[in-house]
Amino acid sequence: MNPKPRLLTVLDIVTIILLLIATYMVFFYAPQEAVMGDVQRVFYFHVAAGWVGMLGFIGAAISGIIYLIKKDRKWDIVGLAAVEIGIVFIFINIVTGSIWARPIWNTWWTWDPRLTTATVMLLIYLAYLMLRQGIEDPDRRARFGAVYAIIGSLSVPLTYFSARIFRTIHPVVIGSGDPTATGSFDMTPMMTQAFMFSLFTFTFIFIDLFWHRIRLGQEADQIEQLRLKTME
Amino acid sequence: MLFSTFLQEGPANTTSFMIAGYAVIFGVMLLYLISLFVRQRNLQKDLEVLQDIQDEQE
Repeated sequence: MNPKPRLLTVLDIVTIILLLIATYMVFFYAPQEAVMGDVQRVFYFHVAAGWVGMLGFIGAAISGIIYLIKKDRKWDIVGLAAVEIGIVFIFINIVTGSIWARPIWNTWWTWDPRLTTATVMLLIYLAYLMLRQGIEDPDRRARFGAVYAIIGSLSVPLTYFSARIFRTIHPVVIGSGDPTATGSFDMTPMMTQAFMFSLFTFTFIFIDLFWHRIRLGQEADQIEQLRLKTME
Repeated sequence: MLFSTFLQEGPANTTSFMIAGYAVIFGVMLLYLISLFVRQRNLQKDLEVLQDIQDEQE
């Protein structure tokens, strides 16, 4: 197996430090929201998790395009890594949104356009993993996966803009949303700083996990090839 | 009476929901890290087994 690069170890340490600072900012630096109370603090990592999820799915689509052009299996490994991380963080995004909604909307769940499109997006990418498991031939699996990831990525802008296009109760913090949204709030400068720092930190978390997951995929691929060679 | 009502004004007490939210965030991230670690360890074991088989074949 390839030894862990020194830069990856540095990235691990930087990411942990950033996460500790971001957590401190969320709990102690950002002020308590005047109406919602402490549950509003979920917003910082909730949005950041959504950002990472969408980065993952867009990354998978880009990897899919490159795979279809170059036919190099390493781009299939990259695409799978991106989807897996995207699923983990969109799951976090949806569950934390539901927890925030309980005291603010007085319900754990409602079939609002934003919540619905986010859930459909998650299901689309869970189906991507199921599709891959059903195909034996690695090249065919990579080709199908690439096409699926490209088409599936249409759900990303649909989810992002759903709260801006459709009539929704989901608040929009950046830009303007539906005026009837419930749970909207104006960010103070300290809240904005905590929010931007959370986005920055989660971008680092994405890069770090992405690198680790790609390495894992490469090692799994090497072992698969070694296994085939041994069986011959 | 009026004074006590006035004192109750302010943000809603939603701390338990915040704790639940962050428990999910850190819990899921930790589970994912553990899954990466376990898969890495399993691959290492598979590699050792395959290398042993290859050595025997040679």
